[in-house]
Amino acid sequence: MNIHEYQAKELFDRFGVPSPQGKAAATPKEAYDAAKWLAVKHLVVKAQVHAGGRGKGVFKNGFKGGVQVVGSPEEARKVATKMLGEVLVTKQTGEAGRLVRKVMVTEAVSIEREIYLAILMDRESRRPVIIASTEGGMDIEEVAAKTPEKIIHESVNPLAGLQAYQVRKLCDALGFNTTARQFGRLLHALYKLFIECDCSMVEINPVVVTSDDHVYALDAKFNFDDNALFRHPEILAMRDPEEEDPREVAASEFGLNYIGLDGNIACLVNGAGLAMATMDIIKYYGGDPANFLDVGGGATKDQVVAAFKIIMGDAKVQGILVNIFGGIMDCDVIANGIVEATREVGLSLPLVVRLEGNNVDAARQTLANAGVALITADTMADAAQKIVAAVK
Amino acid sequence: MSILVDENTKVLVQGITGSFGARHTQLSIDYGTQIVAGVTPAKGGQTFEHSGKKIPVFDTVAAAVRETGATVSVIFVPCVYSGDAILEAVDAGLDLVVCITEGIPVMDMMRVRAMMAGSKTRLVGPNCPGIVTPGRGEKSHGGCRIGISPGYIHKRGNVGVVSRSGTLTYEAVWQLTQLGYGQSTCVGIGGDPINGTSHLDVLQLFNDDPETEAIIMIGEIGGNAEAEAARWAKEHCKKPIAGFIAGATAPTGRRMGHAGAIVGGEEDTARAKKRILAECGIAVAETPSVMASTLRERWGK
Repeated sequence: MNIHEYQAKELFDRFGVPSPQGKAAATPKEAYDAAKWLAVKHLVVKAQVHAGGRGKGVFKNGFKGGVQVVGSPEEARKVATKMLGEVLVTKQTGEAGRLVRKVMVTEAVSIEREIYLAILMDRESRRPVIIASTEGGMDIEEVAAKTPEKIIHESVNPLAGLQAYQVRKLCDALGFNTTARQFGRLLHALYKLFIECDCSMVEINPVVVTSDDHVYALDAKFNFDDNALFRHPEILAMRDPEEEDPREVAASEFGLNYIGLDGNIACLVNGAGLAMATMDIIKYYGGDPANFLDVGGGATKDQVVAAFKIIMGDAKVQGILVNIFGGIMDCDVIANGIVEATREVGLSLPLVVRLEGNNVDAARQTLANAGVALITADTMADAAQKIVAAVK
Repeated sequence: MSILVDENTKVLVQGITGSFGARHTQLSIDYGTQIVAGVTPAKGGQTFEHSGKKIPVFDTVAAAVRETGATVSVIFVPCVYSGDAILEAVDAGLDLVVCITEGIPVMDMMRVRAMMAGSKTRLVGPNCPGIVTPGRGEKSHGGCRIGISPGYIHKRGNVGVVSRSGTLTYEAVWQLTQLGYGQSTCVGIGGDPINGTSHLDVLQLFNDDPETEAIIMIGEIGGNAEAEAARWAKEHCKKPIAGFIAGATAPTGRRMGHAGAIVGGEEDTARAKKRILAECGIAVAETPSVMASTLRERWGK
């Protein structure tokens, strides 16, 4: 789950990670008021979208730059007018761009130095790892490729927490002397946030040291552990469905694991590994998967019906492959779901069904009795080849 | 011989009174598994009955172990309580704990693994289908089924199977059985990024098991577990191995169902992993439909 920059700032404020003063604004008037409240000479107006590359982005109305430096509340209002309700296209948004519904107005800071700082869960060591580099404000992947020795890793014992000597070690490696105390406080606060919010990653690029010796987190990217969101209602509340694929939003409402892709052959599978493998084998035989969809082991008939409707509601889909190997999943539940879905929505696309496992005989009978117009298959290869041929 | 469990292993079920745990306990009993106890806090004293068997339910794992001598636990406890359930089983000194539950917060597993350090207990999972050592009876009954796998697809034999995925494992097992190759033990290690047992751990066990003659290893995008296992196998494992990596078509940066199935960089894509497996002498199946036949070609038996 992603969050907006202004929401990241709320988390920073809560945990004591220092960042420049700022407020979110949904209208030009709010932008004006925020600028007035800040009462500083130099301000920045930043478009709030779940994508990077905003500074170099271009709005579809021709306005250039999703991050603008301004000198007064009136200028802030003018710039906000050009951004709000407009679509911003950046390297990361793709051509469709993103609709900007909020901007953030913050105090501008004069930057002396930029540091890269991130914390993530390292699965190999099973520990949180702090990753830092003096090469901040740049593409960290490029730094990793060209000057890997400039990237520092410091792993933290999860039972003991971040130790003072580790903070000193990082300050030393990153060149924090007069500002070591500030950076230390930022580190401790960020680590606490990382743990208490069940993050899988927090990335601040850059942490800045200003010309008047202040240390700030200037921008942040968060990833939260989806498995832990149940115990963070306040973070779940930050979710912005408008920034997500509408098919995925619909699927999540039914507890379905769905990821939209660009192809024309939809899949409905039980189990993530089998679902990925199904997409792979469709591609292998020359087809193009439209989605990843794992109905899970405990799927109910209603969830199956909902899954079918989402698939059939996708205009790009020209064929459907159902691949079920029932372990927990009762094949007959799938069969009943297919029958009901096709009755409710109507089936006008080729449908290949491959079933195996728990209660498969009853399932095959259910499908035969209902007279659903489908193509049966034995193996995954058989199923993939049949759907690819049917869609050509 | 098989690895980890066999038809004599005494198993207790944590979460036996929940509907999920109850159903799979019944299926395991039907398969021939020695289920000797159940544990659900506050339900101690109850009896779980199935097919004429009366299985005592205890409040704690320690009590169940004391009274029945169980050495293995399978956990069907909701994700909110699973970390605690694992630690309780470890504390009771079990040899093996198999956690089926999906959705456990990653940091819970991080803390559980840290707290388990130094204990003799092996954890398999979480978010896994479990372990099956097939029996010699009809539809492979008479074996040990721990977890949620469909029993009938198995057949007693000499191929070890290790996998992160549940249903993709069933696919591989079914293919093997259809070709006439039985399995020694099938181990589902699960789809989470932090788990108890890795591909490497299981390969080492298969390597030392006289009954296992060949191995199928199934992986997916995310992490370096498969590469680590392949590099070890190249130096130490003489038995033929076939592998498959799911997720060649997965977009980067997206979590593909399993919490651990996310491409982080160049090294953990399906393509990179397949290349590393091949470089280490593992026969890589081009599609999920040819996993067993790929092994057959490599094995030559």
